[in-house]
Amino acid sequence: MKKLIDDPATAVEDSLAGFGLAHADLVEVHTAPIYVTRAGGAVEGKVGLVSGGGSGHEPLHAGFVGEGMLDAAVPGPVFTSPTPDQIVPAILAADGGAGVLTIVKNYTGDVLNFETAVELVEAEGTQVASVLVNDDVAVEDSLYTAGRRGVAGTVAVEKIAGAAAARGDDLGAVTEVAGRVVANVRSMGVALTACTVPHVGRPSFDLGDDELEIGIGIHGEPGRHRIPIAGASEITRQLLEPVADDLRLSSGERVLLFVNGMGGTPLSELYVVYGRARRLLEERGVQVSRSLVGNYVTSLEMQGASVTVLRLDDELEALWDAPVHTPALHW
Amino acid sequence: MGLDVTWAERWVRRAAEAVETAKDELTELDRQIGDGDHGENMHRGFQAVLAKLDGAPVEAGAPVGSVLKVVATTLMSSVGGAAGPLYGTAFLRASKVAERETLDPSALVAMLEAALEGITSRGKATTGEKTMVDAWQPAVDAAAAAADGGADCVGVLRAAAEAADAGAAATTPLVATKGRASYLGERSAGHEDPGARSTALLLGAALAAALTDEVPSA
Repeated sequence: MKKLIDDPATAVEDSLAGFGLAHADLVEVHTAPIYVTRAGGAVEGKVGLVSGGGSGHEPLHAGFVGEGMLDAAVPGPVFTSPTPDQIVPAILAADGGAGVLTIVKNYTGDVLNFETAVELVEAEGTQVASVLVNDDVAVEDSLYTAGRRGVAGTVAVEKIAGAAAARGDDLGAVTEVAGRVVANVRSMGVALTACTVPHVGRPSFDLGDDELEIGIGIHGEPGRHRIPIAGASEITRQLLEPVADDLRLSSGERVLLFVNGMGGTPLSELYVVYGRARRLLEERGVQVSRSLVGNYVTSLEMQGASVTVLRLDDELEALWDAPVHTPALHW
Repeated sequence: MGLDVTWAERWVRRAAEAVETAKDELTELDRQIGDGDHGENMHRGFQAVLAKLDGAPVEAGAPVGSVLKVVATTLMSSVGGAAGPLYGTAFLRASKVAERETLDPSALVAMLEAALEGITSRGKATTGEKTMVDAWQPAVDAAAAAADGGADCVGVLRAAAEAADAGAAATTPLVATKGRASYLGERSAGHEDPGARSTALLLGAALAAALTDEVPSA
């Protein structure tokens, strides 16, 4: 296993320490317990936004802490949900007196730990709302699964809800906007390789040189099925079609197209996928009015990508355009 | 012979040893149908529990539940993932039922039932979904049957541990409908559930702790 770390046991803390120093103008990293807040603390009168989950997806979530997006992020160990011990102080630190929205990716661990933390802070009088992100179409949302996973669409939720909070919306309105993004965003991913979790020391699944894993999540778990190696056009079609179908996109609609890298794939390849996805959307009469390409919700060094489509309206588009100043997104 | 707080402490120490020994096995089970963190998470959690116990030694005559409560809060704050809240709640509910100096067979069964109820109420799984419930439910059923049949505490724990072990093994052919393994659909079949295996380890440790007064050396 070749990694640029010293000791797997301290890798997350070492990384956060470096991150905090590199972006000291934007964030503050707290330890014992670990959580990350905006430099300067909560903004009085503004709804606070908190998200979190396992580490290993950087820049998600700590890279999105700052003006126009998250007020606090809670990183657990690699691919492991953080605990209430960490989430509670993060919520309290994000509270500017107008309540807090927690953005929770739909994984059993994240849901249970955030639920517990929210119960604890509500018992002490903090007003908290929650929104569940479940944009992954690879998993059926049925009685037979734990529900759809929250994957790259989380970035859209955090950005757009962040803008709503920044313009002064109250907790109910910010929550409503976040819910609207969740209802209109879908994603699907592919892996060319697995990833290696530092303390595990071996790849998260066994994939042959001539195989691809379709319908992956972001925690290195195996996907829905395996296919023989194929070109970007074919792979993009297999990602984009289920997304567009599930969204029931129709001609004349307007979308954000977001191609996300899993961490180990070159930017040039993400752009190839973007171009193919864009053309497929345009063939359906769908207009791509906003775009994002890059490594935003990664799975350590996994090679792969996900395609995310968010149906836009004037308001969501304006909120996407609103200023943001975080380590990972800034305009 | 009833089970007292020294048994509870021995249980926890043996559990810590068991999850340390099985760390790679649990990791590999979780790598197959999950994200590979279960071994590390359980080991970290129980190491934190040992540190707590070392720092605040158990007093003779204290309620059995006092140790279980330390386990609950420590696991909740150090394990993370789904296992942290689920095992944390299990031990918390168990501790509330075990608020006495000694447990007789029926109190022991009630304690195990409370642990299971904590897990199902938080995690919402039922049997057959390829989760830790598939080890806990048979364990509780076997414990209750043993107690009804007049078994002593060791007999109840033996029944529970054996049923948990068999229940964990029986998860292998199941298709997961809860938890991370459920994302894999049919591909989750053919692998044992890591949460069910760690449950079998914990209940095996409870039995081992009742069979001997020895504590594993550090």
